[in-house]
Formats: sequence, C-alpha cells, structure tokens
Amino acid sequence: MNYFPDEVIEHVFDFVVSHRDRNSISLVCKSWHKIERLSRKEVFIGNCYAINPERLIGRFPCLKSLTLKGKPHFADFNLVPHEWGGFVLPWIEALARSRVGLEELRLKRMVVTDESLELLSRSFANFKSLVLVSCEGFTTDGLASIAANCRQLRELDLQENEIDDHRGQWLNCFPDSCTTLISLNFACLKGETNVAALERLVARSPNLKSLKLNRAVPLDALARLMSCAPQLVDLGVGSYENEPDPESFAKLMTAIEKCMSLRSLSGFLEVAPLCLPAFYPICQNLISLNLSYAAEIQGNHLIKLIQLCKRLQRLWILDSIGDKGLAVVAATCKELQELRVFPSDVHGEEDNNAAVTEVGLVAISAGCPKLHSILYFCKQMTNAALIAVAKNCPNFIRFRLCILEPHKPDHITSQSLDEGFGAIVQACKGLRRLSVSGLLTDQVFLYIGMYAEQLEMLSIAFAGDTDKGMLYVLNGCKKMRKLEIRDSPFGNAALLADVGRYETMRSLWMSSCEVTLGGCKRLAQNSPRLNVEIINENENNRMEQNEEDEREKVDKLYLYRTVVGTRKDAPPYVRIL
Amino acid sequence: MDEFVNLKETELRLGLPGTDNVCEAKERVSCCNNNNKRVLSTDTEKEIESSSRKTETSPPRKAQIVGWPPVRSYRKNNIQSKKNESEHEGQGIYVKVSMDGAPYLRKIDLSCYKGYSELLKALEVMFKFSVGEYFERDGYKGSDFVPTYEDKDGDWMLIGDVPWEMFICTCKRLRIMKGSEAKGLGCGV
Repeated sequence: MNYFPDEVIEHVFDFVVSHRDRNSISLVCKSWHKIERLSRKEVFIGNCYAINPERLIGRFPCLKSLTLKGKPHFADFNLVPHEWGGFVLPWIEALARSRVGLEELRLKRMVVTDESLELLSRSFANFKSLVLVSCEGFTTDGLASIAANCRQLRELDLQENEIDDHRGQWLNCFPDSCTTLISLNFACLKGETNVAALERLVARSPNLKSLKLNRAVPLDALARLMSCAPQLVDLGVGSYENEPDPESFAKLMTAIEKCMSLRSLSGFLEVAPLCLPAFYPICQNLISLNLSYAAEIQGNHLIKLIQLCKRLQRLWILDSIGDKGLAVVAATCKELQELRVFPSDVHGEEDNNAAVTEVGLVAISAGCPKLHSILYFCKQMTNAALIAVAKNCPNFIRFRLCILEPHKPDHITSQSLDEGFGAIVQACKGLRRLSVSGLLTDQVFLYIGMYAEQLEMLSIAFAGDTDKGMLYVLNGCKKMRKLEIRDSPFGNAALLADVGRYETMRSLWMSSCEVTLGGCKRLAQNSPRLNVEIINENENNRMEQNEEDEREKVDKLYLYRTVVGTRKDAPPYVRIL
Repeated sequence: MDEFVNLKETELRLGLPGTDNVCEAKERVSCCNNNNKRVLSTDTEKEIESSSRKTETSPPRKAQIVGWPPVRSYRKNNIQSKKNESEHEGQGIYVKVSMDGAPYLRKIDLSCYKGYSELLKALEVMFKFSVGEYFERDGYKGSDFVPTYEDKDGDWMLIGDVPWEMFICTCKRLRIMKGSEAKGLGCGV
C-alpha cells in the first residue's frame, strides 16, 4: 500500500483539514492510522463524555488545538441543571501533565473555573487562542490569569458566557510586552471596564482585527479606539447611548470613515438611534451585521441602516424589524446567506403587532437566492408560505422555525403544518439541521424520514401523535447525529425499537415525553457503549430502588455513545443506568 | 356556556387533530395536563392574537413553559434588562443622568426630591458644576451648563418649565448640556 515514505504521506495528509475526512483516512489501514494520528493537530470532540483526556492524548500526542462541547443543546434553555457536568478542569490537568503543546482551546457549554483558567495560563507556553461559548463558572479573575500569563495570546473570544464580573483590572493584566492580540471579545462582561487600559492595549496591538466591547465602553472611548485601530475587520460596539455633543460625534464619524476594512458589526447594546448614521459610510462594506441585542432601535432606523448594506451575507436581527423591514432586506441584501430573527418580546408580555409573520419569511426567500441558513421566531405561519419558501430556496442547509405558541396551526386554514415542513424537506436535499414547531402530527415525521436524507440534527417540541412519529425519523434519517425532543408523545416502543441505532449518533435527548423508567432500564441493559442518564431534579430522592415504579415517566432522558463508560462526576440527581 | 363546552369535550370525533378548533383546544389542554410539573400558569389569561381570531373557542391560557421559547438564557437576560430599566412603576423613579463630556452616566431617583431646587442642587454636587439661575422667560443664565430632560415624546426640554409633578411623570432621562449647544437653548430669542 505504501509506495511513499511516511513523510510524503504525512505531507499529503496536511492538506486534509476537516476532522471528518481525517477520521476517514485513519480507518484505511494501520499505517495510515499511525501517520494520521501522529500528525493530527486539531481535534474536535462533540461530547466531552464520549472519550476521556487520557485516551485523547494517547492517540493524538501532537495535538495543538482542542474543541470540546459539554452540556446538551437544551441546556441553553434551562432544561439542564447547572451542576449536571461538563467540567473542563480534568482535561486541562491531563493536557498539562502530558506536556501537550496546546495552542488553542475552544469550549462550548462547559463549566470553566478560575482555577482551570489559571492552570491553563501557566501550563502551555505557546498558548494562543481561547474561545468560550455559553460557558459558566468563572470570573474576571480567571481572565486576569490568561491576560497576565499567556505571552503569545492572539485570541480571547468570550461569547455569551455567564461571567461573574469582579470589576477588577483584568485588562491591566496584559503586560506591556503583549502586542500579539488579533481578536478580543468581551461583550458579555457586565461590569465596568478600565477604558484607559483598553485603549493602551489596543494601541499596542497592531494586528488587532476583531474587537468586541461590552456595555461599559462609551461613545467617545469608541471613537478613540477606532482611531487607534483603523485596521479593524470586526467591531462590536458597546454602549452607544448618550446623545453625544457634536464634537464627539464628529470625531466618531472621522474615526469610522477611516475603518475601510470593517466587514462585521455587532453590539449596539444600548443605543441612541440618532447615532447610527455615523456608521452609514461603511455599511456598503459590511458582510455581517448583528443587531440582535439592540432592543431599543426601532424598525425604521434599522431599515435605513440595512438599505445601505448591499453586500450583507449574514444578518442577525430582532423581530421588531417587522415584515416591512424584511421586505427591505429582501430587496437590498441579494448576497444574504444566513438570517436570524430573534423575538424581542421573549415573555409574551406585549401584543406586538410589529413582529414578523409568514409574509416576511416568504419575502426573504423570494429576494435572497443564496440563503442557506435561517433561524426564524414568529407568531404565525401557514403551509402555503412554507411551500413557497421551499420552492424559492431549495438550498437550505439549516432551517429552524420557531412559532412562539406551541401547537399553533396554520393560522388561515387551521390545519397542521405537516405539509409545509414536508415541502421544505422534500425540496431542500442538502438539509442538515431542522427545527420544527407549530401544530404537527406523525405525518410530518413520515416526510422527514422519507426525504431528509442528509439530516444530522433535528429538534422537536410539542409535536407528533404516537410512537410512529419518532420511528419514522429513526428509520429514515440515516445520517442523524443529534436528536432532541421535548413535550412530545413518544414512548418506550419508539425508544427501544432499534437500540443499536444510538451508537451511530452522538446523542438523544427526550424530556417530558412518554418514556418510562422501565423502558430506559431495558435500553441501558444491553448497551455498554451508551450512557443512559436520567435527570430528575424535582424528585424527593427515592433511595429505595425496589420501591420504584418502572411505569413512572422519566422527566429527562439524555443518552449518548461513549467509549469510556459511566462518568464519575455526575451530581446526585442524575442517575446513570 | 360551560356546559356547552363540556359536552363538546366528551364528544367522540374522528377528525385529525387541528382540523377542528375544539379538537385543537383539547389537545392543548391535555398536553398541559401531562406536564403540569413544568407549566407555571400566570394569574391573568391573555389573548394571544388580537383581531382576526375566531370567537367560538375561548383564548388559550398563556402559560409560561420552562425553556420556551427556545432562546438562550443569556439572550433572555440581556433583552429583559432593557425593559426593566425603562419602568417607572414600583420603588423609586430612577432616571439616567448624563453630562456632556463625562465618561459615564449616573442614575438618580427622582422620587427622592420634592422639587426642582433640591434636584438641581443634587445634580450640581454630583457633577461638580453650577447651573446658574432660572428665569421663566430666558431659561438658565450665568452658567455654561443647562439642565435638560427627555420627555415621553422624545423631545429635549428645559428643566423647570412645567410643574414638578408633571415633570417627574414625563421625564425619561436627564442631560446636562454644555457649550455652544446649551447656549442655543438657554438664550431667549
């Protein structure tokens, strides 16, 4: 098989970058497996409990970049208790012990402590990049360690984390010798920022391309920062609120005009709409715009801004833009690839007539031929609209529709939305991710099983009638990796029909369904390579196992494939069968 | 009327769910019953849609379901804090105060003061400036600083023109203007 020396094969492998492809080539033969594993630099672990750090390091001793995901997706919506798991410390300890030359760590939904960050900052001399998404458990003290000790730091990217802000001086902890920063994102910090320290840091970071500020960085500071860093490509604006005096505003406008490289804009956490026009000059260069936290900008101001963004590829916005605003997007943003429309009224307190409907969705699909990814929160939908969308945009890879009211039918015909979603899966042959909502029967799952051949992730809530629904999906979607279901009438028959199937998937989540303890036990019995976790936080802990009722419905079931057996760090209310 | 609704519920039907409004309401109710551990019902029933709803079925109870809508808690918390800041009910009437040239804003509780003189004195101490003397016709004279507020219509008004009680009801935020902009406002023309 090997006509070439190992170095040549390794060189060829260097061009194979995607981890899936590398996983495939490692299966070809022993020799390739060895070459591949010793040359692997980046490892992606979608479920931190599927493997343990020791085995990871054993297989990939030369790894430089590690991505870890912890809690299941529904943890984002408070369905998973905080102490469930996903602790990063054991991983960092093991990597440090084995002297792995770690340079990059990317974590999602994990518990990160200040202790972990401190250890991380001291253990890897070449550490360059830390990306934390939806993590929790740390404070600005941990950030101070990273700033102080990571001499080669290029990237510190904090996205939507719950960070305890001690209002310390973490920004001051970057030594004067630190000039390597390329990306700094602290938008999620809630406390005050030492603006002077920030300005000094930016001034000595000539390679800084991405800067995302938090609320506490006011307008005049923004002007100074932008003047220091006209090379910025990606900017997150902080507090933008004050009615500035004309001088400050003029300074800001001058600074913005010089930022000809700016391609991505976000933030606007507090906004005086009259300040938005300062950004008009660079709108024509923008490819990404995230205004989804700018709750105070009204539709008409948004529209004026968006009308100038002709090159936009990615837009995240609130539903206050309205159908009218979406029509403007459809007319203007012909390059649009990804759209996310979030609800501004999350608790359903207002009768918001300006929110978006099926009309906006159809307009976007008609106007934006390159659209492949959508997340859309709305109050109403129709089959006719979904059918039109499917016809207009057969290229969807991700389609997530969330109708705010569970079980809501087609608001014109009062029928279920089976046909609408059916049209989507039939037309979009490349669909990899789907979230369904509204009134749905087993029929929609029949369609999904039949047509969604590439589907990898499916989110179901308040849908279906019988076990058949879930069975259609499990039998039909051969590429399914993540299935998450809540509040739907699927039970043991569906769960147990094909137990071997779950080893081909990353995970299955079922909460408030019809599965019982007995069903879960039977599932776990013959599946050594599955962890079957039952999360019952409301239980008054029943210690006597012989008394428990196997017919009792399980509150939350989370099962996932693993090669390392039961985890040892589960809290008492998580039972692993 | 209640009896009528109950009869409908016990009626045997062969239609698919969603083809009939009554069936739909029944499904919603039964699903809620299955999950009453999780549904926290609000005290007041609210109507979901306003105008074009059919009036035969009673509007469903708008209960708060855990984890629904599926919006990240981080996002929920950040949008919510916006609304809380603009509420005037309850304890205190907190409004933001900005001063041109100052690096950050302050917040004061308008309900702590009995009138304009107390308020202005407090602002003078907080921002270390002096406001001059108020004249009904000419506004504030004797200082580069002019105290203004934004009212409910979004207009910037001179502090002191309207009765105090009216002021605290309509004031959304304060701003101490200075410099040339202030002069334009302060001088009578």
